[in-house]
Amino acid sequence: MGAGHTHALYVHEHSPIHRLPPQVKIAAAVLFVFSVAVTPREAIWAFAGYAVAIAALSRISRVGLHFLLIRLVGVVPFIAFAFLIPFIASGQQVEVLGISVSQEGLQAAWNIIAKATIGASTSILLAGTTEIPDILAGMARLKVPVVFTSIAGFMIRYLGLIVDEIGRMRVAMTARGYDPRWLWQAKPIAQSAGAMFIRSYERGERVHDAMVARGYRGEMPELRRREPTVREWLLGAMLPLFGISVMVAAMVTT
Amino acid sequence: MSPALEVRGLRFTYPDGRLALGGIELTVEEGQRVAVLGPNGAGKTTLALHLNGILRGSGSITVDGLELNDDNLDEIRRRVGLVFQDANDQLFMPTVAEDVAFGPANLGLAGAELEERVAAALRQVNAADLARRPPHHLSGGEKRSAAIATALAMEPQMLVLDEPTSGLDPLGRRELVETLQALDMTLLIITHDLPFALELCERSVIVDGGEVVATGATPDILANDALLRRHRLEMPFGFRKDNA
Repeated sequence: MGAGHTHALYVHEHSPIHRLPPQVKIAAAVLFVFSVAVTPREAIWAFAGYAVAIAALSRISRVGLHFLLIRLVGVVPFIAFAFLIPFIASGQQVEVLGISVSQEGLQAAWNIIAKATIGASTSILLAGTTEIPDILAGMARLKVPVVFTSIAGFMIRYLGLIVDEIGRMRVAMTARGYDPRWLWQAKPIAQSAGAMFIRSYERGERVHDAMVARGYRGEMPELRRREPTVREWLLGAMLPLFGISVMVAAMVTT
Repeated sequence: MSPALEVRGLRFTYPDGRLALGGIELTVEEGQRVAVLGPNGAGKTTLALHLNGILRGSGSITVDGLELNDDNLDEIRRRVGLVFQDANDQLFMPTVAEDVAFGPANLGLAGAELEERVAAALRQVNAADLARRPPHHLSGGEKRSAAIATALAMEPQMLVLDEPTSGLDPLGRRELVETLQALDMTLLIITHDLPFALELCERSVIVDGGEVVATGATPDILANDALLRRHRLEMPFGFRKDNA
């Protein structure tokens, strides 16, 4: 299945969420993440609610909690700093497992970790149920300027080629005895980065020629256009509606 | 009836002052298959890029009676399909079907009409099964077929192919010959592959130094060792009189 038209983050399944038009899913995800981001950090129950929503979505979409958790590991480097905050922040100290940490720092760390995890889970679910070209088409339908969606599309299309090319350069260097170990041996790598830039630039020109040859006049044709039905918009609205209700309740109660 | 292609006094100089085309004269009759031969750097690709107005030199280019100018670029680009040397340059959309749809969608086609056009172009190159695949997962031969389909989807009167056999394995090359033989249209094929030219094209021209230096029936051109040698061409080992 899939005939290879998938990416590493995509889960090939047939769920109601896979079937939703991409613009609905993108709008829902963005609004939900927004409501999570502005939820007061003291309302721990609210984040538990968000986590339940994510778990439910992962079940409905058949993306699976296991897949979700593995992908979440990717967030760790970005929130690693958050783990340090309780130890370096000043203010009132509290004892946690016999270690004295800053209470203010503890709350700041919780805030970053909880929001980053839920935000990343949302985007993993979006990517898991939507192929990249559909995400780009959905963004275009949500009036993201075509220059951004085109650049992203070309980047995805040609990234593999550029990586291959870098790999071949690396092999060519190794074949001639260059096997760098230390920083002061990095000069050829820097030079090859320059060569890569020129090659990519030239390819860009050739691709543009190929586009012009087929009648391109500065505007990409809309090939994946699909108008969501009212029912689909309503389905998609459920997640942000839940998020916003929880957020408002959290703001009122804290 | 006007010829499929008429090029008169086409001159082009690169921005750095290097002369690429020094007065190309070329006439191609409708339905003819013409091989464009010549050494590296002779100006063959530059010529191809002029034929649907990507590069603009001086002189005149007329496609089926319509002279290329600023007002009819779109129509010229519809009439002349260009297949680039590196298929990766030609296949830039997420899937083959979308890539094939790119040209006709620019022409204003949409919906069922567009889908039918895409399916027909893919059928012409025996690649209907590639429709949903992303270009970066295709083999060299599949990429070549898909690239040709992207040009065919414009329903051109003439196809210009730049080095179509480069990078193909022998069977891929054989399939390409069959695909091109089945196309009922004017073909201009830039190639270094002389047996390929002999099999496919009744006529050949040699371009060297930015000019057409010889034109004639392909068997005659390829039998003229002295002419070939003068322009850095030769039949491969096993095809020449002295070692056949």
